[in-house]
Amino acid sequence: MTANLATEVRPGRRRRATGSTSATQRSIYPTWFLLPAAVLYVVFFAVPTFASFYFSLTRWTLFDTEFIGLENYVQFFSEPQLSRGFVNTLIYGFVTSGAKVVLGLALAVLLTSQLVGRGYLRSVVFFPVLVSTIGVGITFKALLDPFDGVVNTMLAAFGIDGPGWFTDPNQALLTIAAVDIWKGLGIATLIYIAGIVAIPQEYYEAARVDGAGRWQQFRSITLPLVQPATATVIILSLIGGLRSFDLIWATTGGGPGFTSDVIGSVIYKQYQAGFYGLSTAGNVILFLVVTAVMVPISMLLNRKEVER
Amino acid sequence: MRRTGSWAVGITAILVSVVVFIVPFAFIFLTAAKDASDASRLQFSWPQEWTFVENLTEVLTTRDGIVVRAFVNSTILTVVSVVVMVILAAMVGYLVQRRRSRLNPVINFFVLAGLIVPPAVVPTIWVLQQTGLFKTMPGLILIEATFGLSFCILLFRAFVATIPRELDEAAIIDGAGPLRLFFAVILPLLRPVIITVVVVQAVAVFNDFTNPLYFLPGDENATVQLTLYNFQSQMVSQFNLLFMDILLITVPPLVMYIFFNRQIVAGMTSGAVKG
Repeated sequence: MTANLATEVRPGRRRRATGSTSATQRSIYPTWFLLPAAVLYVVFFAVPTFASFYFSLTRWTLFDTEFIGLENYVQFFSEPQLSRGFVNTLIYGFVTSGAKVVLGLALAVLLTSQLVGRGYLRSVVFFPVLVSTIGVGITFKALLDPFDGVVNTMLAAFGIDGPGWFTDPNQALLTIAAVDIWKGLGIATLIYIAGIVAIPQEYYEAARVDGAGRWQQFRSITLPLVQPATATVIILSLIGGLRSFDLIWATTGGGPGFTSDVIGSVIYKQYQAGFYGLSTAGNVILFLVVTAVMVPISMLLNRKEVER
Repeated sequence: MRRTGSWAVGITAILVSVVVFIVPFAFIFLTAAKDASDASRLQFSWPQEWTFVENLTEVLTTRDGIVVRAFVNSTILTVVSVVVMVILAAMVGYLVQRRRSRLNPVINFFVLAGLIVPPAVVPTIWVLQQTGLFKTMPGLILIEATFGLSFCILLFRAFVATIPRELDEAAIIDGAGPLRLFFAVILPLLRPVIITVVVVQAVAVFNDFTNPLYFLPGDENATVQLTLYNFQSQMVSQFNLLFMDILLITVPPLVMYIFFNRQIVAGMTSGAVKG
């Protein structure tokens, strides 16, 4: 029944369409299929995102707003406990992303070679990805306890005075980054494994015939040909790293002091304290940071791919 | 010569992996089996006394069984939000792939924006309050579903491309309307990618901490992750119970991983080859 109607209904729309096929398409594939998802997206994502630009310029109690211009932003960058979060976000994002690229690629090369226990190694590297971030945070807080923790006890057995990890202001952020890498390395490795497996074996055979060593094969075949995987790993880990909040909140809560605060934790702290305008300004800053980092990087990565 | 080399590398890798990856998990398990004073020493050691069952019952009964309630809440949250997410995203992915329209670039832009842009927290709370959904389970379900849409749409769009269009035409000729076509013909064919999406998103929603923290605070609706976070300050002297809770929370993702290993890997690595 619908099939008969399909070519006939909506003549008005059909005029705009380029041919009868797209009019048919319209009724087999009705536009309202987009509607439920669009409603959710607009109400719970687009509206808050656009509203955030306005609310970040106000002193806001959720019930009434007072327009104060850029004051929230000025405060964000003039108070060290807030601006520290900005710097830390960038450090955290780039350290975790860089480490995941390097270690992920190295592990993937290892795990695609002929190796004993390859299946076991793949599962064991991947499993932390599935574990609750809060659980991981609590576990590492116990393992890295400066006095009784397993790690420092073992280091002491070798005569090394272990650092304070989460409690040392200079190391807290990097310690969290290390735990993040531990937890997220599995995804990076898997993505690289998928990329490496897709490279035709003939290339390696040809290179071997030409007398290329292992390192040369890696440099001239693997590295350029896993570029799409590298792009995926960099983009995914940067998005995750710049937005990170839960691991930091579960381990140090931004401490000691505010030395391991990132924008994500500043947003939460200001929200808890009732400074909704300031919290939202933090959100807008995070949005700008993520876009400013992601847009050039993804353009660069995509261009490289096209050139090749 | 080469073979012995790879054996040495393999064995080294296994040893390193035991220290780096197995020890933390063994630590969780062993601590969860200790009694309170033994656990408080934070040592990586065999329990002096196995109190695994006692710890389990104590965690499950603590504070009127809040852990059990949290598991129920998390299960409802995960199941409903993933179902909503999957159906809505499949409809969009299907439509965007099938129909060449001027809307498509716009949709693609919004899908990418949904992946990259961090959600604005307080304005979202404001929207939830306006709609009367703040601090309610349906509110959080809709939030989780919305935030997961983009990722799902990308996967569905790629997969729909592998289903031949002739099938749609045949179904239409046989008298199916657009709804029947989608739900009776297309959706069943999407099974492999649906499994992938369901598993990946179920783990993500189940493990989510940030969204429940913001949008569903309060004890009666607490999810497992919130309960675990709160235990951290409430059970300072009871590490055995804290780690028993971690162990319990790790079981559902572990079960998922054992059964759907391949699908999880497929979902997480999609895009690795084609970028």
